[in-house]
Order: sequence, then C-alpha cells, then structure tokens
Amino acid sequence: MNQSISFFSGFGPKDLWFLPQAAWQTLVISALSISTGTLLGILFGWILSESKIIGAVTLGLVLDAFRSVPLIIQLVLFYNLFNVIGLAINPFWAGVIILAVYTSALVANVARGGIEAVGAPMRRASRSLGMNYLQTIRHIVWPIGLRAVFPSWVGVALGVLKDSALVSVLGHPELLKVARDLITRTQQPLLVLAVAGAFYFALSYPISRYAAHLERKWQS
Amino acid sequence: MIEIKELHKYFGALHVLKGIDLNVQKGEVLSIIGASGSGKSTLLYCTNGLEAIQKGEVIVDGVSVHSKGTDLNKLRTKMGMVFQQWNSFPHLTALENVALAPKIVKGKSKSEAREIARQQLEHVGLGDKIDNYPSALSGGQQQRLAIARALAMEPEYMLFDEATSALDPELVGEVLDTMRLLAEEGMTMICVTHEMGFARDVSDRVAFFHQGVMEEIGPPQQIFGEPTSEHTAKFLANVR
Repeated sequence: MNQSISFFSGFGPKDLWFLPQAAWQTLVISALSISTGTLLGILFGWILSESKIIGAVTLGLVLDAFRSVPLIIQLVLFYNLFNVIGLAINPFWAGVIILAVYTSALVANVARGGIEAVGAPMRRASRSLGMNYLQTIRHIVWPIGLRAVFPSWVGVALGVLKDSALVSVLGHPELLKVARDLITRTQQPLLVLAVAGAFYFALSYPISRYAAHLERKWQS
Repeated sequence: MIEIKELHKYFGALHVLKGIDLNVQKGEVLSIIGASGSGKSTLLYCTNGLEAIQKGEVIVDGVSVHSKGTDLNKLRTKMGMVFQQWNSFPHLTALENVALAPKIVKGKSKSEAREIARQQLEHVGLGDKIDNYPSALSGGQQQRLAIARALAMEPEYMLFDEATSALDPELVGEVLDTMRLLAEEGMTMICVTHEMGFARDVSDRVAFFHQGVMEEIGPPQQIFGEPTSEHTAKFLANVR
C-alpha cells in the first residue's frame, strides 16, 4: 500500500485487493478493542453495582465522560496527548486503546444492568442454599444477567465495529481510510463505498446472526 | 436444636426484634403467626445469618451463627429456607435447579446430584416436571420446586417464610400439603405463616409475635383456644 499515488488511475484489479486487507485491519482493531473493552466493562460494571455511592462519584463520572464525548474527539485528543507526553504510539494501538476504553464505558452500564437484573431475593435464595458469593455470581448472577443484557451488549459490539471507522482520522489504513484513499485516486466513490459498506456488513452480519441464534437457544 | 437468646435486631433506628428467647427442638414444628411487620420473617433471616443481629445470640446445634469464625455457608446447608417469592433459577430446568447446590456446594458428582434432585422432585410431586423450565411451571409448582431445592441439601431444619403468601388461593393447598408431608416425616420446621389452619393442625407449638416481641408461645389448642395475651386474642379475632 506504499506505492506512489497516481491520481485518477481508474479502478484496477489491484485495488480490489486493498479493501479486504483494510477490512482485516478493521476486524483486528474491533476484535481487540471489543474483547478487552468488554472484560474491562464487566469489571467496571461489577464495581458500580457493588459500591453504589463511591463507584458512582469516581468511576461512574469518568465513564460518563467517555460515553458522552464524541469518539472522534477522544481519538484525536488522546493520540496527540500520547505523543505530547512522549509515548511514541502508532495509530493502530492508539486506536485500539481508545476504542477499548470507550467500549468499556458502554459495557460498564450494560454489565451493571445485568448484575442488577438479579435482585436481592434471588441472591438470598442462592446464599440460603449454602452457595458463597463467588458461586452465586458464577452460577446465578452471571447466566441470568447475561441473558438479560446480551442483546444490549451485541448492540454495543456492532456499534463499536462501525465506530472503528473513526480510527481512520489517525491515518491507520483500515476500511474507511483505504476507501477514502481509493476514492481520491480512482474517482469512483459509489463503487468503492459500496464495496467498503459491503465489507462492514459482512463483518457485522455473522455477529448479529450468531447473537440471534444464541438468544433463541436461551429462550427455549 | 436452635437456641435463640435475647435477640435484638435493628434496621437503622427501627427496633424490629426486641429480645427474642426461643428454643426449637429436633423434630418440632413451630409456627410463627402475627401481623405484618411484627418481625417474624426477620427472625428467620437472623436464624440462618442472612441478616446481622445487634445483640443476643443464635445457636444452631452448638454453633453460634453470628460469631466471626462461623462458616455460614456450611451452616446454611443444614437449614433449608423457602421464601415467599420462590426465586426459581430461570435459566435452569427443574432438575438442574435442584441439582445445582448439591453439586457445587457439597461436591457431589453430576450423576449423584441429578439422582438426588430426581428423588426430591418426586418427593414434592414434581416427578413429571423434571425437564421443565420454571417459566412452564405454576406458582405452586415453583414453590414446591423451591422446597425440593432446599431438601436436596439434606437439611436438618427447614425455615418457611410465608411460603404460601404470594400464591393464588387455588395453589396454596398443594404447597401446604407438601409442608404437611415434611412435618409428618419428622422434619424440624419453623414456619412463618398466615395460614391459621396449617398452624393449628400441623404445629407442635405456635408463637405469636407482636411489634417485635414474642407475646406468647404454646400448643396450638391453647394459643387458638385460650390465648393469654389480649393482642393474640385480638389478632385471631381479626383473621378469623
């Protein structure tokens, strides 16, 4: 992808190969940030649900900030901040880290909802059978809470997958960045955007299908 | 034997239990009656350590429930508890609901736990429902499921906290029948209940609670026939 740019070169067969490569980058960025962001978010959600007052004024406030500031501002701000304080970090990792934190802020709320979906009476019933705190979390709160908020989590994950397009502002060659470069060169915006869009769809669709399958399985 | 000595419980400034003294012998069935808010349910929660206490002591088979070193999880396996809300685990089948605690708390093998669960479900009359999820069971069936779930831990005591209060009237009978069956089998039971018929017919003793105080305790004939406290008499006159 580093060859010299020849303007208005037309859409050649070589260009077709750029987009799947870029889609792979999008997939890697999304997979890394969604998975770490989800793990962090579950931890944060657990803290929020266990320490209502302290959690809300400290962690809750920070997470609110990440949830409410537009992602594109966070990306540019933190990427430049990393460089200003001398942390040489490439756009890929900067994007992954910021997306992961952003994801964790969204997932924290979802996770807290899931934990709180299992009320005190249910937990008391579990404890009265001799299950300890961790057993209650693992065998009762986790499976019930997961089923309750799984659709919300899928929504977050699909949202982050699409929002990963914003990492393009840092210059990393993921789908949207490559698509824009191709448009500049080939002047074929409709074709290129259609293909790029199709790749986003191809990445999202299996996730939502699989999620729907899981939900059906749990309901029966 | 369960020994409750000079038990005081506060919720904030609210004095819920004001010095309860009560012993329950092995094999005994004790019913606790009284108006809502008289502290009956709280006494059960304090008995198996689900609620902390501020003064006094609860001793179960020589073990002080609220002492620091007490393994509450181990102690609770001795005391099955059935709540007003049955709290079936919705993600598990009836069989799995009952088999879970024997497996993870008592370390039984999967097949052992399932065998115990099958027996207990048959015990409470749900032998034909083992593969059903709770959502497919009626309230009465779910409450019997909760009883089976508690029995699967092979408890020596059963605590019933208004086990029939949340049920539709036509479903109360099947749960009371199950409780009656346990009483006949010799289970030691403390039943907080609003079912006066059950308290009169099944209990060895009946205790009447009034505003955090145990007003009187005695055989059902005496409590229902010639109550010594005017509060008891008034309460019974109202529920009849």
